[in-house]
Amino acid sequence: MAAVRKSKFDRVFDGALYVILGFLALTYIYALIYVVSASFSDPNAVYSGRVVLWPVDFTLNGYERVFKEKMLWYGYGNSLLYMTVGSVVSTSFTLMGAYALSRKDLPGRGIITGLLVFTMFFSGGIIPLYLVVRSLSLIDTIWALVLPGAVSMSNVIIARTFYVSSIPTGLLDAAKIDGCNNVRFFFRVALPLSKAIIAVITLYYAVGLWNDYFNAMIYIKTREKYPLQLFLREILISSQQSSAMTGDVLEQEILAQLQEIIKYTLIVVGSVPLLLLYPFLQKYFVQGVLIGSLKE
Amino acid sequence: MKKTGHRSSLRFRLNNTWDLYFFLLPMLAYFIIFHYVPLYGLQIAFKDFKIRMGIMASPWIGLYEFKRLFSTSLLLTAIGNTLMLSVYSLGFGFLPPIILALMLNQVPSLKFKKFVQTVSYAPHFISVVVMVSLLFCLFSTTNGIVTRILGVFGLGPYPLTSQAKYFRGLYVGSDIWQNMGFSAIIYIAALSSISPELHEAATIDGANKFQRIWHVDIPGILPTITIMLILRSGSIMSVGFQKVYLMQTSLNLTRSETISTYVYKVGLEGGDYSFSTAVGLFNSVVNFILIISVNAITRRLSETSLW
Repeated sequence: MAAVRKSKFDRVFDGALYVILGFLALTYIYALIYVVSASFSDPNAVYSGRVVLWPVDFTLNGYERVFKEKMLWYGYGNSLLYMTVGSVVSTSFTLMGAYALSRKDLPGRGIITGLLVFTMFFSGGIIPLYLVVRSLSLIDTIWALVLPGAVSMSNVIIARTFYVSSIPTGLLDAAKIDGCNNVRFFFRVALPLSKAIIAVITLYYAVGLWNDYFNAMIYIKTREKYPLQLFLREILISSQQSSAMTGDVLEQEILAQLQEIIKYTLIVVGSVPLLLLYPFLQKYFVQGVLIGSLKE
Repeated sequence: MKKTGHRSSLRFRLNNTWDLYFFLLPMLAYFIIFHYVPLYGLQIAFKDFKIRMGIMASPWIGLYEFKRLFSTSLLLTAIGNTLMLSVYSLGFGFLPPIILALMLNQVPSLKFKKFVQTVSYAPHFISVVVMVSLLFCLFSTTNGIVTRILGVFGLGPYPLTSQAKYFRGLYVGSDIWQNMGFSAIIYIAALSSISPELHEAATIDGANKFQRIWHVDIPGILPTITIMLILRSGSIMSVGFQKVYLMQTSLNLTRSETISTYVYKVGLEGGDYSFSTAVGLFNSVVNFILIISVNAITRRLSETSLW
C-alpha cells in the first residue's frame, strides 16, 4: 500500500500542514526565547525595541534586583510548602475515596457517586464557601489553601476509572482467600500497582496549587504568608511596584529604569520550575487526559 | 466458594466492604463541609445576612435581593459581558483544538508531530498570573514585541491592552493560544482509535487527505466532539474568574466586568453578602438548567450524552 504515489493534492496538503503547524510551534518558541532574552538585556534596549531575538547589552541587573527581594523568597518557600502539603492531602483523599468508589460491591456506591458528581454542576458560589472557611477559622492559615479545593471530582473520576480497569478482580478474590482485608489489599496490592495514576493525580494537584492565586487572595492576609503567584500578581499586574518594593529615592530611580526588564525577569523566575520539570512530566499529564477520557 | 444467592445480599456485601467506608470518610467529609454546607449557606440569598448574627439568626427577606438583582444596571452589563465572553470562547475556541488534532493526525513525519505536540502542550501549565503579564508585556502598545512585529507589516499600532473593545479578542485569543494544544490531546486520542483500515480503503477508492479527514476522521471523533460540546455549554454562564480579574483595568471595565468579578467585588470586597450570594445563585441555576437542556437535546439528536 505504501508504494502508492501520493497525489499532487496530498503533497500540497502535507506541505500546508508543515507550514501551519510549524508557524504555530514557532509562536510558542519565539515567545519563550523573547522573554528570556529580554530578561537578560539592557532595559533601554528592551524599551526601544532593539531586542528581537537574542539578548542585547547582556546584563544580570534584573535578576540581581529581583533576587534581593525578600518577598520573592518568602513566596517561593510558601508556594513550595502549600504545594507539598496540599498535594499530599489531596492525593491521599482522592486515591482512597476513588478506590472505595471503584469497588462494585460497595453498598451505596451509586448514590455517593451521584452526590459527588452533582457538585460538579451546582455549587454554592464563593460567598457561602468563604463563610464556611471563615467559621472554621481557617483564614490566614495554610489550610484555607489546602482544604477548600482538596478534592477535584475530575481527578476522582480519573483514579476510579483507573482502578476499575486495571486492578483485576481476581487479585482481590485471591487476597481475600488469604485473609487479606480491604485496607491491607489497598496498601499492599492496589497502591503499588497504581504508581502511574499517583504520579498523574499528584501532578495535577501540584500544578493547580502552585499556580493558584485566587484562594490566597481571598484567604491569606499576612504578606509573609503569600504564595509566589500572589506576590507576582502584586508586582506584575497591580503595578504597585513602588509601594511593593520600598527603598530610597536613588533605588526608586534605578528601579523605574529596571522595571522594563524586571517584568520579564519575574515571568522567567515565576515559570522556571514548571518549564524545567515539564519535559520529564509531560507524559504523565497526557496520561491523565487519556485515562480521564475512558468510559467505565 | 460461590454462594450466588448470598453474594448479592446487603449483609454479605457490608460484611465484605465495611472497612472501605473509612477510605471514603476524608473525601466525603470534604464534600460535605466544602460543597454541601455552602449549599445550605445559599439561604442567605433570601435573608438579610449579618455576619455577627450568623446564618440561622438573620431575618428572612424573601426575594428582595433578587428584585435588586434585576434592577442593577451594572449587573445587567456583567451578565451581558459574561454571555458574550462565553459565546466568543465557545465560538472561536471550540474548533481550534479539533483542527489542530486533525492536522497533527495527518502529518507524515512522526518526529515533527511529537515536536509540535510537546511545544504546544507546555503553555497550558503556565499560571494565569504569568500568562496575563506575558500578554501585557508582549502586546503593550508602546513597546510590546507583537505590536512591533505587526508594525513591520504596516498594521497598527493597536491599543490592544488598553481599549475595552479589544478585551474579548485578547482574552479569547490568548486562551486559545495557551490551551489549544492540551485540549487537542483528547481528540488525538480519539483519532488514534480509528481503524487504519478505513483510511486504507478510502485511499484505494482515490480519496485525498482532505476527503479522508472529512469522511473518516471527523465522523470517527464526533462522539468525543459532542461530549466536549455539552461540557463546554454547561459552563456558558461561568467565565473563569481568575483571568478576567487579572486582565481587568479601569479602561476595559465596560467589557471585562463579569458576573464572577462582580460577585467578588460586591460580596468579598463590599461586604454585601446576601446580594452577591443571590447573584451567584442565579448564575448557578442558569448554568444548571443550561447543561441539563443541552444534554437532553444532544441525547435526542445523537446517541451521545453525559447521562
